[in-house]
Amino acid sequence: MKTLIKNGRVVDPSQNLDAVMDVLIEDGVVAAIDKKIETAADEVFDASGLVVAPGLVDVHTHLREPGLEAKEDIVTGTMAAAAGGVTTIACMPNTKPVVDNSIIVSGIKERAAREGYVNVEVIGAISKGEQGKELAELGDMAEKGAMAFSDDGHYVESSRLFLLAARYVSAFDKVLISHSIEEELNHEGYMHEGAVSARIGVPGIPYISEDIAVARDCIIAEYTGAHVHIAHVASKGALDIIRRAKARGVNVTCEVTVHHLTLTDEACSGYSTATRVSPPLRSMDHVEACRQALKDGTADAIVTDHAPHAPEEKDVEFRYAPNGFTGLETSLGVILTELYHTGLFTINEIIDKMSTAPANIFALNAGSLKAGSPADVTVIDLDKEWTVDNTKFYTRGNVTPFNGKHCKGKAVATMVAGKFVMRDGVVCGK
Amino acid sequence: MAKATVSLGGRDILDLDSLSVEEYELILKTAAEMKRIMKRDIKKVPSLRGKSIINLFYEPSTRTRTSFELAGKYLGADVVNITTSSSSVVKGECLRDTILTVQSMACDAIVMRHPIEGAAAYAADVSKAVIINAGDGAHAHPSQGLLDMFTIREQGKDFKGLKMAIVGDILYSRVARTNIAAWTKLGADVHVAGPMTLMPHDIEALGVTVHKRVEDAIEGADVIDILRIQLERQQKGLFPSAREYARIFGINEKRLALAKPDVTILHPGPMNRGLEISWDVGYCDNAKIRDEVQNGVAVRMALLFLTLTGGKQIENIN
Repeated sequence: MKTLIKNGRVVDPSQNLDAVMDVLIEDGVVAAIDKKIETAADEVFDASGLVVAPGLVDVHTHLREPGLEAKEDIVTGTMAAAAGGVTTIACMPNTKPVVDNSIIVSGIKERAAREGYVNVEVIGAISKGEQGKELAELGDMAEKGAMAFSDDGHYVESSRLFLLAARYVSAFDKVLISHSIEEELNHEGYMHEGAVSARIGVPGIPYISEDIAVARDCIIAEYTGAHVHIAHVASKGALDIIRRAKARGVNVTCEVTVHHLTLTDEACSGYSTATRVSPPLRSMDHVEACRQALKDGTADAIVTDHAPHAPEEKDVEFRYAPNGFTGLETSLGVILTELYHTGLFTINEIIDKMSTAPANIFALNAGSLKAGSPADVTVIDLDKEWTVDNTKFYTRGNVTPFNGKHCKGKAVATMVAGKFVMRDGVVCGK
Repeated sequence: MAKATVSLGGRDILDLDSLSVEEYELILKTAAEMKRIMKRDIKKVPSLRGKSIINLFYEPSTRTRTSFELAGKYLGADVVNITTSSSSVVKGECLRDTILTVQSMACDAIVMRHPIEGAAAYAADVSKAVIINAGDGAHAHPSQGLLDMFTIREQGKDFKGLKMAIVGDILYSRVARTNIAAWTKLGADVHVAGPMTLMPHDIEALGVTVHKRVEDAIEGADVIDILRIQLERQQKGLFPSAREYARIFGINEKRLALAKPDVTILHPGPMNRGLEISWDVGYCDNAKIRDEVQNGVAVRMALLFLTLTGGKQIENIN
């Protein structure tokens, strides 16, 4: 099976490439990439006027399987990814049961390979049951191909346990992903503590709950030399701590989310549960800090933290709603609208932060269109105008703060291992 | 009665931020008429005959619920009370379904008290019936704000340039948020004080002056609003002891002497005498706490009347 993608503007940060080129795909890998490729192919895809990029990599999602299929499952979650132009997703272990042993790691990978639409990487739990008490079988899970380890949804409160995890995991060359939020400081809070929470009477979460947790994680990374990746950083203070740690050579990386780059706590002023998330949407100074961190390299990757919930779980009073919302089908459109078309970031920077850089952090065979790489490709129409409509979503969790948003820029085709899994917004190929 | 240029017919009353000064005036004028009705021998008019009002209370309340109930009854409406202990809420029914169920019984207004901020706005989204917020968490308590406004006006005080002090637990207080919103909108100079653990971060953004010492807040004040201290706040460690609270933040005669001689003292009730307010201050001539209760019925009559009739039958009342 040969596919020739012709005349696209190839943007590939892994080889510093931004030029109109042809890409030949053969047997699921990139066979050649050149100015002009003339060869017979089973399909010629005309990408004139479109961006051809390495498939997007989203290292922070929740597929909710096993056990929480009312929110999402591997099929609906990977369809959402395909629809959004994302070819590799990593799923967090806070399922029922928790992904804390190699059987569940293998089970998710096998089901995803059989029924999923995109590549699925599995993140195992750091502690058994994400209880924060004793280490899960990290070595066993690493052998079965767990991408990284995290107790996402919970901070590993015990500094001793996190120190042990950092030491233990370094032997397996795996990354610890920390949900760095000092939970005691959150107390009863469920939105950012600031002028908006003061006005609308919602108990606030001080942003220093991130800073304090991130500082400890950086200290443990520095002491052990282990690679610690900080999930969903949303505080200007935490970003500054990471910036200083990186400058000292500490093996720490971090991600920022689409929503923390584009929304403020003003979105919460109508008490919409679609704005409820952890860390919470913060004030503009923190949004600016996230953008600055992305620009200066403090923040390495953009993620969605795609966290679907069943509609009835979100259709409650603000305080009772679970944190998180869906994101895979809106991430690229929102980022292009808010960061690219505003002139803040180049398309090269965006593809790097949404594909090449996250793939490199976790040593994934992704994020590149070099010859020999897996043929995971996202074709993007930078100027396509569209409106987010959650009734058309593939994900089961239809709640998003971006519903109704007018966007400019969208993935128009998604290819995984040489096969199209989405064309013109329609998921296909199974 | 001046002809109304604004109408509240069919409007939800969720907070005082979303009402205009003209709408405040309409409510206060109407409440003055209602207060006259309350002073009649037969305190009943047929203005809301055939209308039904449901008091849906998710939190214990005596004065607000009773006040709304009497307000509806004085105007001839049928009023039913639902409290959480006797409803399907204990069986796990969600708020959407409760509102839809109540609305299906052809009720015209739902007066709701709920422990969660934003619950009133949620109910208003769901409900076709008028929603009157009788308190949603730490967010808003508009009828309390309006009765305070009425009481202050009754003392001959207009708001512009007056020094208003709000003292106590600002963090958890819907009364504080409501009065801050209304009083700043009316041009008053609003000052707040209390333990800094009970002061919202960034509250200056609401246009108030924060004081570390309660004396500085009440010095030269025209109005002092003393908030109720919930004893559970102490249990959560937000201040060291009731004794220390009373000594450092309680309003007593000595502190009161710092205010203007004609200062108006408000308290949303029920009072913890000897804690946030001393015995003598609670009973002094400047304390208008019982006026607030009486005015509360009048203001609530006005709210029900204006939202359910659009104010069209005002001539029937006179």
